[in-house]
Amino acid sequence: MSIQGKKVIEILEKISEKIDENKAYLSELDAAIGDGDHGLNMSKGFKAVVEKIKDDDGNDIGGILKKSGMALVSNVGGASGPLYGTAFMKAAVSVNGKSEVDINDFAKMLDEALEGIKMRGKGQADDKTMIDAIEPALKSIKEGIDSGIEVKEILKAAKEAAYKGVEHTKEIIAKKGRASYLGERSLGHQDAGATSSAIILETIYEALN
Amino acid sequence: MVGIVIISHSKNIADGVKELASQMAPNVAIGVAGGTADGRVGTDMEKISAAIEDVYSEDGVIIIFDLGSAFMNAEMAIEFLDEKMKEKIKIVDCPIVEGAVTAAVESSIGKNIEEIEEALKPMNLGKMP
Repeated sequence: MSIQGKKVIEILEKISEKIDENKAYLSELDAAIGDGDHGLNMSKGFKAVVEKIKDDDGNDIGGILKKSGMALVSNVGGASGPLYGTAFMKAAVSVNGKSEVDINDFAKMLDEALEGIKMRGKGQADDKTMIDAIEPALKSIKEGIDSGIEVKEILKAAKEAAYKGVEHTKEIIAKKGRASYLGERSLGHQDAGATSSAIILETIYEALN
Repeated sequence: MVGIVIISHSKNIADGVKELASQMAPNVAIGVAGGTADGRVGTDMEKISAAIEDVYSEDGVIIIFDLGSAFMNAEMAIEFLDEKMKEKIKIVDCPIVEGAVTAAVESSIGKNIEEIEEALKPMNLGKMP
């Protein structure tokens, strides 16, 4: 199964809608152990993404993702700007010039995105960040590809792995971001960045289901 | 003279630190990047790039920041500059007020980037991962 540029644009539009629907929830999570602006920032950022790419001809998926990354950097005020921005821009490189992408491309894109996030934020698994949702999702996608299971099932498993990662963030102490200043008090709270990452992966699954 | 760029999540903080540092070193080029493009708390890569361009000279630029995402946006801003400029720009780990004042004073007496970095070393807070 492979998808074309126009479908990628449609998926990004759906992501923007889903993030907007969840912005109060995301900000609430962020207020508990952060500065409370994650939902607002992400919603603003993805609306800017849609503005930038809605009229793109869809012939270069790398170009679409790069524009998306830049829009996020310019419109998301918190740490998510440079982090999600870098994620999209790094993912873009692996599909530069491509008008069509399949699950193998998606795995490569997510791999590059994750490396970008780790490079930018100097984070790792169990820091209680977006990495804790994305890394398990990526692992599950690679396993799915290796096992030869159907793409829809792979994306479903990725979504589930991401949400499991989100649950896990409740059990750990924050080592990055504003929450890291709270130490033990961050325990028991769900990370907002991991949550928005899971929402994005869930939207991708739903769009292709 | 080495230029200074002050980055803060708060416009008030960035402007205030510049005000303080300028008092001690009125002849040093000090740029600010405080708050987001729409005036909220946060940092903005484009503001940082503009501030760097404002104060850049062959002597280079020292960048001083407050918290986490300020550092990430500063790194990104530098990545987008051309090669010649990149190598003359250093982000330094130090407290924003004391660091900016020290850097400005050192620059005003003609110290170069390496010398200013040395002067700021005792103030390292371990905020650059």
